[in-house]
This record gives sequence, structure tokens and C-alpha cells, in this order.
Amino acid sequence: MYPDERVSSFINDNFIPVKIHIKENPTGFQRFGAQWTPTIIVADSGGTERYRFEGYLPVEEFLPQLEFGLGKVAFAGSAWGEAERRFRKVAESYPEADIAPEALYWAGVSKYKATNDASALKQTADAMQSRYADTAWAKKASVWAA
Amino acid sequence: MPVSWNKDVDAALSQAKERGKVVLLDFSAAPM
Repeated sequence: MYPDERVSSFINDNFIPVKIHIKENPTGFQRFGAQWTPTIIVADSGGTERYRFEGYLPVEEFLPQLEFGLGKVAFAGSAWGEAERRFRKVAESYPEADIAPEALYWAGVSKYKATNDASALKQTADAMQSRYADTAWAKKASVWAA
Repeated sequence: MPVSWNKDVDAALSQAKERGKVVLLDFSAAPM
């Protein structure tokens, strides 16, 4: 996937990328608890892991995972507006991606965190029900629908 | 343009801190 221009541009624009090879740097694997390849970790500028996924993904799944990771970094830093924007971009630009329902869920949570307005959660529950009804994330959001 | 991979984790973390950027770590077994 890295030869894909969309992937390489997105990485170069948004990250300091590090490749850790199992044969060259096995202690790097131990340091971050990586037990399988590929493992991708998104960490904040202090080095704290904020998101991880394991296993190969095609470009259409990989790119939204990276965007989602940026959302998790923003969320952990209480940057609610940026977190919502990142999560919503995943849900809107990659609506068929496996990560999209989770992204929509966290977009709603980010909006709620920013506004303290519970209607953000209700709207999210409704959107989850209409778009991703059969997912675990719709079940998690269902408590907000009442 | 290819990805500008670093190999040194600590150097990348320092760079990230200086530039306020996010770090992407790719743990790989593929030929380099």
C-alpha cells in the first residue's frame, strides 16, 4: 500500500513515520509490545500510543485507519473539534470502511465533549441506527437514543 | 513521492515533539 501516492502523501503530510524491522530492531518490537507484522501504531508527540491495528489492509481500509488514528490522538489531547473533524471525515469519506461505524460513534462523542449537549449523542444514535444498524457500535450508541 | 521513513524511534520521537507531529510506527517483516 505504501507505493500508493495517496498513502505516501497522507503519511508524509501528517506523520513522522518510523519503520521498525523485526530482524534489524527486535528490541523495538519488545518496546512497543508488537507481536505480529504488520503492526501499525499511532503515537502522540510524547510517544504515547493512541491507536494500533494489526494485519495487512488494502488502501481503502488503510487510509481511514490512519485518519482515525489522528482522531484518537486529537481526542486524547482534548482537541474535541479536531477529533470530531477527523472522525467525521472517516465516516463521510470512507462510509464503507470497516472503521466507519466506530468513527461515527467517536465523532458524536467528540461533539458532546465540545458542547456538553446531549443532543449530539441522540443524533449520533439515530445516524448509527440508520447507517450502521447491524454493528456493535450502533448497539453501543443505542443507549443514547432514548 | 515515497514515504520518508525513519529507522531510529527515539530520533523520530524527538522530531515529533519539536514539530508537534504525530508518530506512525510500522512494525514490519517485509524486505526493506
